[in-house]
Amino acid sequence: MRTIIFRTIAPYLTALMVLFSIFVLLRGHNEPGGGFIGGLIAASALAIFGIACGVASVRRAIVFHPMSVAGFGLFIGALAGTLSFFKDQAFMTSQWLIFHIFDAEIALSTPLIFDIGVYLVVVGAIGSIALALEEREVD
Amino acid sequence: MTPVVIDDTTLYAVLAPFAAAVVAPILTRWFKHNAAWPLAIVPALIFLHFAGFVGPVSEGKSFIAAKSWAPSYGINFSVYVDGLSTLFAMLISGIGTFIILYAGGYLKGHPQQGRFFSFLFMFMGSMLGLVLGNNLISLFIFWELTSVTSFLLIGFDHLRAASRRAAIQALVVTGGGGLALLAGFILIISATGEIEMSALLGSPEIIKNSGLYLPIFLLVLAGAFTKSAQFPFHFWLPNAMEAPTPVSAYLHSATMVKAGVYLLMRMQPVLGGTELWTTVLPLFGGITLLVGTILAVRQTDLKLMLAYTTVASLGLLVMLTGTSEVKALEGAVLYLLAHSLFKGALFMVAGTIDHEAGTRDITKLGGLRSAMPITFVAACLAALSMAGLPPFIGFVAKEVLYYGTWGWLEFWGLPLTLTALVGNALMFVIAAAVALKPFLGPKIETPKHAHEGPVLLFAGPVVLSVLGLGLALFTHTTGELLIAPTLASVSGTFVELDLHLWPTYIFGNVALYLSLITIGLGVILFTQINKLRNLIGLVLTAIGWGPDKGFDQFVAGIVGFSSWLTRRLQTGKMQTYMLVIFGFTALAVLVPAFLSNSLPAIPKVPDYRFYEWGILLIAVLGLIAVLIAKTRLTAIVSLGIQGFAVALIFMMFGAPDLAFTQFMVETLSVVILALVMTRLNLSPRDHRHAGNAVITGVVAAAVGLGLMLTLLAITQQPFDSRLSDFFTEYSRSIAHGRNIVNVILVDFRGFDTLGEIAVVVLAGLCVLALIRVRTKPDIPDETSSNETTQTQTAEAR
Repeated sequence: MRTIIFRTIAPYLTALMVLFSIFVLLRGHNEPGGGFIGGLIAASALAIFGIACGVASVRRAIVFHPMSVAGFGLFIGALAGTLSFFKDQAFMTSQWLIFHIFDAEIALSTPLIFDIGVYLVVVGAIGSIALALEEREVD
Repeated sequence: MTPVVIDDTTLYAVLAPFAAAVVAPILTRWFKHNAAWPLAIVPALIFLHFAGFVGPVSEGKSFIAAKSWAPSYGINFSVYVDGLSTLFAMLISGIGTFIILYAGGYLKGHPQQGRFFSFLFMFMGSMLGLVLGNNLISLFIFWELTSVTSFLLIGFDHLRAASRRAAIQALVVTGGGGLALLAGFILIISATGEIEMSALLGSPEIIKNSGLYLPIFLLVLAGAFTKSAQFPFHFWLPNAMEAPTPVSAYLHSATMVKAGVYLLMRMQPVLGGTELWTTVLPLFGGITLLVGTILAVRQTDLKLMLAYTTVASLGLLVMLTGTSEVKALEGAVLYLLAHSLFKGALFMVAGTIDHEAGTRDITKLGGLRSAMPITFVAACLAALSMAGLPPFIGFVAKEVLYYGTWGWLEFWGLPLTLTALVGNALMFVIAAAVALKPFLGPKIETPKHAHEGPVLLFAGPVVLSVLGLGLALFTHTTGELLIAPTLASVSGTFVELDLHLWPTYIFGNVALYLSLITIGLGVILFTQINKLRNLIGLVLTAIGWGPDKGFDQFVAGIVGFSSWLTRRLQTGKMQTYMLVIFGFTALAVLVPAFLSNSLPAIPKVPDYRFYEWGILLIAVLGLIAVLIAKTRLTAIVSLGIQGFAVALIFMMFGAPDLAFTQFMVETLSVVILALVMTRLNLSPRDHRHAGNAVITGVVAAAVGLGLMLTLLAITQQPFDSRLSDFFTEYSRSIAHGRNIVNVILVDFRGFDTLGEIAVVVLAGLCVLALIRVRTKPDIPDETSSNETTQTQTAEAR
């Protein structure tokens, strides 16, 4: 699979896919998209990069073990639900911060944090499976 | 008196340690072990906060504060501050302050010191939440959190097998007990309709009259006995000494193991006073006291000696709580306070000796007094309190508890007193051995050249042991401010205390006589300690079996049973699994449809456009390609084509989110299945018998037919639009989102998604583990079966 064309294109393709996955994640609340789909796109980006340039370089590029990424996603997903504590509301009641910069409406919210958690979980879990499978037996 | 509602500061005080747990690793990276100083401010502030309650609480007031958590289930994060919880909260935060300092000195230079601080703080927060918990469910959650954090702390040195075993053992025993406790709490809630502890305490007879008293009593007891290491669950506590000494000093003397005692004391007004309570508790408490002290004498390891006396002390506390009699309860409260102070100090002393001299085997230590004078003084002060000598708080406690046991019921007072007497005499022996043996006598060369530890190490033992003296010297104030309000919570009535450090009369003072006998017996036994140790060793060898071994047998039994069951149920062949699963799916959808004769009407040929027909055709062609494919890889890719076509159909009929996800899932399925293929070195072609292929074909067709009929039947039902109307109406106005699917996922039904991502993480972990297993030849089959499950999970979304 490591043809020269594939190997040359793969980094750009991966970068674009990751960027696109973040775009899909962020627009998810209003347009088709969201953390789950974004996570799947990013996971396939990792898989492509792994097939083209080897698993070792993917692992170097993402710094953390993908399973830690997934664990962290679960953590902030749960954490997003606890913020309502400070406003005396039940667990996972969504909280919104909406402000305007240059006529654009920026909405920060706990569902967004939660969605980022979902994204990280999917990238981490699927990515770690794909990477583990791509890794040849190295005994 | 009804509790007063206060502001949320106390709630934040409970959560503060969790915030400190996040900060601790960062601070430790910057300041190394000196991070202990700024970190210790957190528990110190918490201590001051609760110290502020001492005044009002001693006037008989109590306070509550709450924040809603899951209000639809009545679950709140709420605290109840009264005498008992104030005393416990002050012990946890006060001793915690010195434990943090001590951990700074003890693990100086350890690469994971920041993590250690973090675990300690998480434990501290859980423990505070437990003793202050008002809502039964949140109390239970904090109860289990203490089990989990203690698992992390005991297994801190996770490279050693002994540590790991001890950690798992503690988790299994205390966590298992916690589950029993949850069952007990749920019974309480359903029997009484009350979920707040303060409400239960407000009507003390409500459980006793409910008819469910016996199961509630047994389940609560199971929780308390496992947590507080009562016989026959005592074995996990000495094993937990594998933990670094700051953990032993904190969890296994002053705090976590007292959680069970706390619970019994807390529930004494509502559960206590019955015949069952006054039989079972003194019996098991008494046995634990005797077993603990006898086993303690046998040990030569300083920490193990202390651990077994902790077991014994917990037994004593349970025994006294079980009397449901005010004087004995007063003794229990006093002893609780005294024990936390002297045992915490002695554990830290043992750790300092270990740290500075390189061993904590009592037979290899001697003559350290000149090398470690400050530690020696602290050890002596604490040991005097433990031995129950005046003028220390331990003495006051022992006097009162002798009054209590002697005066309890006509007949049963005597065996109870005798048990306490023997236990206390042996406790005296251990106290003398721990405090004197390492420091006095001829100097013995130790593995390390012993010298006094740094201030971080001796601050804790000195302060705690001096407190043991100070609280006794001001007996009257101690009694009024700390003991009386706590006793009021435990006994359910407010009692005027008359505490004296020195006995006010001599003749006919039973407690004084008993104290003298205790001391005499203790001195005699101490001179014979070596003989005693050998004798107990011989007896134990003769018995040859103990609960610790029993635990191993229990675990081995479970493992044996489940592998037997697995061998029976699991063939290890994925084809069989798939055949069984799909076969039953087919039966489940087809049989009811035929039996109830609810087959759908044959639909008319729909009026599709030509490109819609084209895409349907692609899907069908993809399927045919799967069937006629020569190699497996072609089949996988063809299946992908069919999936893409379905995704396109979703897209055209107005489900872009679904289509989007389907595209990604199909792509990833093809990639991952292809990877699995190459990874498992399957032969590229499918070699099956024709008969086999017929069977799978029939099952596949049956499933397909069944699902098709079901779908048709569903779509022919009138559409109930209540839910979709709700979501359409509120998605924009409440949840600020135009994409209804996403709003449902992350907001309206976010809790479901939280559960699902937890499943995804777990499934990922399992698959990862299975990929790495390469020892047995039949494992790879299971890998791919899990792979399919994973993909199916994704598809289910």
